[in-house]
Order: sequence, then structure tokens, then C-alpha cells
Amino acid sequence: MFRRTLTALAFVATPALAQQSDLTLAIQLEPPHLDPTSAAAGAIDSVLYSNVFEGLTRFAADGSVEPALAESWEISEDGTTYTFTLREGVRFHDGSAFDAEDVKFSLDRARAEDSVNAQKALFEGISEVSVVDPATVEITLAQPDGSFLFNLAWGDAVIVAPETIEGIKQSPVGTGPFAFSEWVQGDRVELTRYADYWGPAPALEAATFKFISDPTAAFAAMMAQDIDAFAGFPAPENIAQFEVDPRFQVLMGSTEGETILAMNNGQEPFDDPAVREAVAHAIDRQAIIDGAMFGQGTPIGTHFAPHHPDYVDLTDLSPHDPEVARQMLADAGYGEGFSTTLKLPPPSYARRGGEIIAAQLREVGIETEITNLEWAQWLEEVFRGKDYGLTIVSHTEPMDIGIYARPDYYFQYDNPDFQALMTELTGTTDAGDRSDLLAEAQRMIAEDHVNGYLFQLAFPTVADARLKGLWQNQPTQANPLAGVSWAE
Amino acid sequence: MLAYALRRLVSLGLSLVVASLVIFLVVEVAPGDPASFMLGINAQPDTVAALRAELGLDLPKWQRYLAWVGGMVTGDFGMSYTYRTPVSEMVMDRLWISLPLALYALVLSTALAFPAALLAASRRGEAGDFAVMGATQLGIAVPNFWFAMLLVLLFAINLGWFSAGGFPGWEDPGAALKALTLPAVALALPQAAILARVMRSALIDILAEDFMRTARAKGLTRAQALWRHGVRNALIPVLTILGLQFSFLLAGAIIIEQVFFLPGLGRLIFQAISQRDLIVVESVVMLLVFAVILVTFLTDMAYAAVDPRLRRRA
Repeated sequence: MFRRTLTALAFVATPALAQQSDLTLAIQLEPPHLDPTSAAAGAIDSVLYSNVFEGLTRFAADGSVEPALAESWEISEDGTTYTFTLREGVRFHDGSAFDAEDVKFSLDRARAEDSVNAQKALFEGISEVSVVDPATVEITLAQPDGSFLFNLAWGDAVIVAPETIEGIKQSPVGTGPFAFSEWVQGDRVELTRYADYWGPAPALEAATFKFISDPTAAFAAMMAQDIDAFAGFPAPENIAQFEVDPRFQVLMGSTEGETILAMNNGQEPFDDPAVREAVAHAIDRQAIIDGAMFGQGTPIGTHFAPHHPDYVDLTDLSPHDPEVARQMLADAGYGEGFSTTLKLPPPSYARRGGEIIAAQLREVGIETEITNLEWAQWLEEVFRGKDYGLTIVSHTEPMDIGIYARPDYYFQYDNPDFQALMTELTGTTDAGDRSDLLAEAQRMIAEDHVNGYLFQLAFPTVADARLKGLWQNQPTQANPLAGVSWAE
Repeated sequence: MLAYALRRLVSLGLSLVVASLVIFLVVEVAPGDPASFMLGINAQPDTVAALRAELGLDLPKWQRYLAWVGGMVTGDFGMSYTYRTPVSEMVMDRLWISLPLALYALVLSTALAFPAALLAASRRGEAGDFAVMGATQLGIAVPNFWFAMLLVLLFAINLGWFSAGGFPGWEDPGAALKALTLPAVALALPQAAILARVMRSALIDILAEDFMRTARAKGLTRAQALWRHGVRNALIPVLTILGLQFSFLLAGAIIIEQVFFLPGLGRLIFQAISQRDLIVVESVVMLLVFAVILVTFLTDMAYAAVDPRLRRRA
């Protein structure tokens, strides 16, 4: 009797489950506002990128750049003029048509004098944006830029409409497959499927992004199945538990986050390459990955993402060897060791990793004084003030090796050869030549041991076992939902 | 009564002025610039400068202080740097969660503490008293966030009766109350334990008073005497504690709000501090100071209501 009731219940319940067409996806941080073109907060793109807003180009799940609002483009012989043919029949969520004027408005706004675009450098090469006809835009660059199409794929380069720019921070209006519907601050953002989307219609009718910052709460919400998925699950210690639970699946992805032990190259003793090399040998990458990240992360030997086709594995340049490290320090005149500061921002890779690195450095005679900082303090003291010896931070911007060409950047690496290399790279559009230059760049900073290269930040997603189509990797911070669906 | 109230009001006003100065100075002295926080590590100096100008951060400090205080007097609490919404709106949204949660917890803790204290006081030294005292010891010793996690583990993960957290909104009051139940219980228990202990000892002191003997002598039963003469007199220390607890519950529920990911006032402050949303921190803290001072004032008035001697002395 009891069993029969259960079977009957199961029959009633199954069709209801199969028809599920909404999704509740949790992420850790809440966006401060909803304008991807005026803040650095990755959480904005986590919610809106390729869902609400689109650019001329966009990142695909594998990190390649593909056409989005631009259907196709032509590049002039000298590489300075890009002529984009725009997709026809595209409408913003408020019903207004998308055309070349919107592209001009968006790009001019991003590169304006008083622009507050956090990645203004992406647009610096543009000298003019002109409207040829409603479906054609011509962009002129001051000089050829091999990464221009890549730059346009960033969340900071999405196309916005002049009519709705006023309210963009609270109620964003874009051209994407989902329209913004509600933001309950502190709790969630709700999106609904946009019926007039130009591309294939998404399987989901509605999506809710929930913001759960506390790792324990994240675990509880997932376990209680209050949420369907958690992108960037913040409690690595609980991952194993989800892996063995048939209700869930775990996607272990990669990010663009090179996690480094940054050294202040502009200050004693780290202005001495031998000292930096000694530090590199003192570090045991795998021990840090195991101890701080519960085994999640890929060791790196330079400032480049391992999943990128141009990556060169240079971890062999600095194998873990305390004996060699001590010898190098002695040769550099630090036989007695030295002491320095280790300033740690809030993420657990830094706080937990910092403790382990401090112990590893003590092995070779380097004493560190650990200070924990909030992000705002870290930006002020370390990043802007350059008042530090060592710090740990993950550089999550895609393809950001160019920061080593900025001598005023916080680790203060000043190498004219590298700067020349980057200028050459910018002017190169041939794919093969670019690969060679990128390999040379990776090798140069690795041989100079500018920073201690630790590991590529992993991106664990815990999701209901029936969910399909979630992004596993994070070529940019984003959770595009157009391809997400529930298994039958 | 009126003179008493007026005097309390003047000191209330002075406290507010001093508090506004202290809050502004402390928040402004702390390192960290909101504009560079928002724009991140790739931003160029001219972009940061443009944003600072847009936010009005380039004005001298004293000018910003005066603008802030002047705004508050007229009910304008400024505009959040990061969210770009008026602070007053944000606070109202959050109050709709924090205030009901605080009241809910307060009702629960009173409902638990009063009977427990009455039982313990009237059965002093007996088994019931020991049971209550033991339970309250435990209630004070157990941190509320840990207790909250246990509640989640049991009622949300294992039994599935409640969701693990979050807040659905007040459109459906039943669901909203249900979402607030576990957090309210977690908040209420330690408070109830403190309240029960304070009330028990107040009652025991009063039981030894002459007027209680008189009450018994004129023919009231022990329970009647306790109820009519004991409880009312024990209310003064209890009201003090309740007033303090309410202010604590309103703003101090940060950890509980974190555990249950409730978008309440505590989390708003927490977020604003880490994002250097200075104006939100300043205004919300100021509002809380105002609330605490107001509650203290009301508690003072309530003393005067239950204890006529206070009125006359004033």
C-alpha cells in the first residue's frame, strides 16, 4: 500500500519536473550596479555578459572571439580600418532598433575624455568611429592592433543605447537573449527570456541570479537544493561531497586568473633578479595548490593561461629546491636571510596561500610579516602606494601579459626589451607571428622571475545533475545562459 | 513628566551631533578610495579622477561633512557611491527585513524568557529552577551563528522543512515569515537566555521585599502576588535589557544575515564597508545611532510609565 502511494506520487511529480524552464544560479558577489561599461566589478559581467548585453564580438565558451552584433567585418590592407557589417533586425529590450548609431554612441562614450570605463585602455587605439549606413560602421585605428577584435569582446565594450543610458545602472537595456526584469538588492537579479532575440531562442524562460557570499551558506543552499547551480563555488573543501552525490554534478573549469606572488621589483631586495629567482625556487607550487585550494588549480611558470594555445610551460625554470634558493640568497649577499612584508587581500587563495608561502620562505631564511588587508586598503597601499615587499593576487583579466610593459605598475618591472616586444605585438596581426612573440614574452618574464608564478585559479561549478550547457571555463567572467537547458 | 522628557530630548540631540562628527571622521580616515575600488586594477588615473569628480569626492572634507549633515536634516541621506541609488531607499528596503526580523526575534525571546523566569523564580532551588538555569547557561555560551548552522543542517538540509536562506519578499507574507523563522530562532535563543536570567534574579530580589510579604498577608496566593506585584516591579531591569537587545538585533544580526544570506541592514553595512561606499556607511551608522538613542529615550519613558517615582524625581 505504502509503496503504491509512493509510485503514484512519483507519477504525479515527474511531468512537473521535466517541464522545468527556469533556473536559479548563485554567484558569490553581487554587482554594485548593472552597468558593465563603468565599473571593474566582475560580478556585473557574471550576470549580464551575453545574457542582457552584447558587443560587436564576443567570447565563446572556449575563449575564441566570435561575431555577435557584428555579422562580419573587413580589415583594410594596412590594418587600421575595420568595417563592420551589423546584424539586421536586432532590437533592444525596449523595442527600439539597434543600428550603427548605437555602436558609435557606445564606443565614443567609452573613450571620451570624461569616460569612467574601467578598461578605457581597450579603446585608446581608436581614432574615429563613423557611421557609413545604419548597418555599417567603420572604425579607424591610429595604428594596427592585432588584438582589436579581442578587445571588442570584453564586457566593457558592449553596445548600449543612448535612449536608455540614463537608467542603465538600475535597469539595463541591451540586445541579449534575456531581458532584465527585477533586482532585489542584496538578494537577486531576475532575467526573463527576450521574445524578439535575433539568435536562437534560449531554452530557459526565466533565470534568477542569487548572491550568496558566505561559503557555509553556499554549501547549505546547494545541499538543500534552494538553488540549481553555483558558479564559482566558494567552499573548495566541500567539492568532494558534491562529486559523490548523484543529485549534483561538479564542473571543474579554468579561469583567466594567474595567481602570483608579486614581488616589488622597484625595492630592495627584490630589485635583484637573483633574490627573485631564489624566492621562485623556495616556492612549492603543488603544496600551495593542495594546502590552500584543496588541489584545485594548475601550476604555472609564467603570466599566461595554460589553456591558451600559445601557452608555454615554463614551470621547469623554477623547480622547488630550498637548497638552491639558500645558496642563491647567500651569493646575492643575503646569507643571513632578510625579512619583508607579505600583504594579503581577502580571497582565500591569498589568505590561506600566504600562510603556506610564509612557511616555505622561512625554510630558506626569509622572514615575512603578514598583514591582512581589505580590497580597498590593498588597492590603496599595495597597488597604488607600492608599499609592500610581497603580495599574493590573482590577475583575472584575459590576456593581460601587457601589464609587464608598464613600469609604473605595482610590481614595477622596468625592462625596455619587454616594452619593445609588447609594442611589436600590438602592431602584429599575423596569427603565427603573434604566437611567437607571445612565447618570447612569456619566456622573458619567467627568466627574469619578475614574480613568483603560482597557479591558474580554478573555477568550480556545482550544479543540479540534470543541467546542461553551463560554461565550464571562464574565458571572461560570465555565465551565458542562452545555451543552458534541463535534461528531459 | 514633560520636563523630564524635554531634558532627555536635549541630551538626545547633543549625542546625535557628536555621533555624526565621530562617524564622519572615523570613516574618512580609514584608507581606501571608493573610486579606485570601483574601477579596479586596470583603470587609468584620469578615469579614476573623472569618477571622483562625478561622485563629488574631490571636494574638501569639511564641505562634504556639511553637505552630508545638511542633507540628513532635510531627510536626504545622500546617494550611494557604488549602487547609485539614494541611501534612504536602500535603507528602507533593508529595514523591511531587519525590522520584522528583530521584532520576530524579540517576541520569540520574550515568549520564551518570561515563563521560564517565572517558573525558575517561583520554584527557586528546585528542579525546575535548575533546568532553566542550565538551559540559559547553554544559551549564553553557544554562539548564535553556530546555532544557526545547526538549524540549517537539521531543518533545511536533512528535513527540508525550510529553505537554507534567502528572502522571497513580502508579496507572500506566509513565505516571508517562514523564511525569517530560522534566523529569528537563532537570534532569539541567546537573547532569551540573557533575558530569563536577568528577570529571574530581579524576581527573586523582589520576592524578598516587604511588600510581597504584605501582599501574601492580605490573602493573595503566591502566584497572584508574584503576578500582580512581582512582575511589574521586575520589569525595569527587563525593559533595559529589552531596549539594548532590540538595538543589537536591528544592526547586530550581520553574522546571522550572512549565514542565511538575508539582504538585511547588517549585510548592507558589511558590504558598504568592504566596498568603501563611505556615504552608505556614514548614513546607515548615523541612522542606527539615531535608532539606538530613540530606543533608549523610549525605554526611559517606559521606566517613567512603570515607575511613578522616576517621574516625580524629574
